[in-house]
Amino acid sequence: MMNFETIVFYVFAALTVFAALRVITARNPVHAVLFLVLAFISSSGIWLLLEAEFLAITLVLVYVGAVMVLFLFVVMMLDINLVRLREDFWRWLPFGLALAGLMVFQMVWVLGSPATSAGKTAVRHAADYSNTKELGRLIYTDYVYPFEIAAVLLLVAMVAAIALTLRRRKDSKSQVVAEQVAVKKSDRLRIVKMRAESRE
Amino acid sequence: MDLMTSLMPASAEIFLLIMTCVILIADLLIKQSDRLATYVLVQFTLLSCALITVGTHENGVVYAFNNMFVDDLMADVLKLLTFLAVSMMLVYSRQYLIVRGLFSGEFMVLALFATLGMMVMISANHFLTLYLGLEVLSLSLYAMVALQRDSAVATEAAMKYFILGALASGLLLYGMSMLYGATGSLELGAVSNAIQSGAADKNLLVFGLVFVVSGLAFKLGVVPFHMWVPDVYHGAPTAMTMLIGSAPKLAAFAFVSRILVEGLQPLVQHWSGMLIILAVASMALGNFTAIAQTNLKRMFAYSTIAHMGFLLLGLLSGGIEGYGSAMFYAVVYVLMSLGAFGMIMLLSREGFEADNLDDFKGLNQRSPWLAFLMLLLMFSMAGVPPTVGFYAKFSVLNAVIQAGHLWLAVVAVLLSLIGAFYYLRIVKLMYFDAPESHAPIAAGSDTVLLMSVNGLGVLLLGLLPGALMSVCAVSVQQSLLLH
Repeated sequence: MMNFETIVFYVFAALTVFAALRVITARNPVHAVLFLVLAFISSSGIWLLLEAEFLAITLVLVYVGAVMVLFLFVVMMLDINLVRLREDFWRWLPFGLALAGLMVFQMVWVLGSPATSAGKTAVRHAADYSNTKELGRLIYTDYVYPFEIAAVLLLVAMVAAIALTLRRRKDSKSQVVAEQVAVKKSDRLRIVKMRAESRE
Repeated sequence: MDLMTSLMPASAEIFLLIMTCVILIADLLIKQSDRLATYVLVQFTLLSCALITVGTHENGVVYAFNNMFVDDLMADVLKLLTFLAVSMMLVYSRQYLIVRGLFSGEFMVLALFATLGMMVMISANHFLTLYLGLEVLSLSLYAMVALQRDSAVATEAAMKYFILGALASGLLLYGMSMLYGATGSLELGAVSNAIQSGAADKNLLVFGLVFVVSGLAFKLGVVPFHMWVPDVYHGAPTAMTMLIGSAPKLAAFAFVSRILVEGLQPLVQHWSGMLIILAVASMALGNFTAIAQTNLKRMFAYSTIAHMGFLLLGLLSGGIEGYGSAMFYAVVYVLMSLGAFGMIMLLSREGFEADNLDDFKGLNQRSPWLAFLMLLLMFSMAGVPPTVGFYAKFSVLNAVIQAGHLWLAVVAVLLSLIGAFYYLRIVKLMYFDAPESHAPIAAGSDTVLLMSVNGLGVLLLGLLPGALMSVCAVSVQQSLLLH
């Protein structure tokens, strides 16, 4: 007998799998990004079902709200040649399908064996249990070391992005504000002394 | 545990991070075009880190940050060698990068960040810290490979490295999440205990193990996960190739041995079988394909694949001999690879890369001393006595035979013999062929001096390997064989 929770889980799970499949099969890259958004939202639904409210909301706010919007901008701005991209698609499809099928078969074989799904029950917390508070406590106490390394990782990404993109191009026509401000009268104005013409 | 007591064992990491941030800012104020002040600061930082690591060393194993960080003898030894390797890389590559306009503050800052990532990997005792350390290292390396923006080859190499690296990280993470699902913990010791107790689901464990080993194989660059190695080694500027091919191998040794030996020791009969396949395939493909290469960097890339296969042989043999010889092999490989890539940079000059086999023709006539040093390095890579490469191979083979895999040792010797061909071909080119160019070798005295120390070190360690070997054996005994 299925209870309501199980039904909701299967709905979200099916939606996630469908959206993920459409991400890689959609012809239009903008549609692919939108399907990725759907995949994120449905997986955040699964997290809500697991009572991980904070993570679910963060997934929507950070990934859907910020990251995917940036993604969408980038995809819209790139001039992607779809025809060239799909040239080899059909040629490699049978090979890819065979490999993927083999892997799915192996995974199902291992994970589908009865020992794997042996009864594991989740721990239920009281209604006033705040997992935001618990996460905050853990991140700044037990997990402070990995948290700091993650911060370093972001710093490295920042340094790398700037090092790779910020460079002076010889052909760019940009204003140098410092030079404009520091300009002196003698740089702009040339005083030419002329003898006054006489009347006659 | 109290946070303050946790900070002591990690003081070298903390110092390195602070100094990297200081250098990042200080470099803005430095006006010299050769970045001498930044360079001196970076070398000073590495030296200080080494001193701090020695100063904070304590006997036994110290856990910190809620068991996420471990400070033991193996970690300290590998960290000191990492500092040495990065420092040598900077000395070798300074002139090379200056003439190519790449010797920037960002290069040095990224090298320091990569060092930090390696330190985190070496001292990790938790899947989270292992993974984060690996990412700090990889991200810095991707950026460094791409730093030469105007070179299409370097950009392509960076792209391949980045995408395949991300795929490998994904595999590794997926495997780790399976192991977490089976054991309920991310801490290596707890994972090992959970598997030992038999409470963990065996199917799920093996499922996760396959992904973890695939991810590790990707990062080590062993067959069949080796595709990125030749392109990245070839495409990246030689200084970056040297960084990728040297110190990270030490961190990779620590990474693999901590996951497989400390965390997944109870699954040893599963993973040692996988490692046998990876090792034999790597040695075969690496050595055979290297013969066909005319580009030296590509040849060394395939030789790296073969060497990593040899390293896995030591790991799968187990025991003090096995792990000790694998660590010894990693250290020796780093020394040889620094020398070999250093020689390419030494012979390069403005607008010219000495990365083809023909560029080494008749080196003996141009500079007998450099030719002799290259001879030592090549003999060592091939495993010719009395150089240290021979002893490294010998101790690994010894461990393999003791573990009862006689056929594996025979295969390894045969494949090494094939590998000897392409190393000795360079010796033949240097001594018996006429030089193609007579351009003077424009190397600074500091690089030539370091190259002499490096080359003679390979010989000296080969004559007296006992000290380094016993350091490796004691380190693995104190660090890996506790459980």
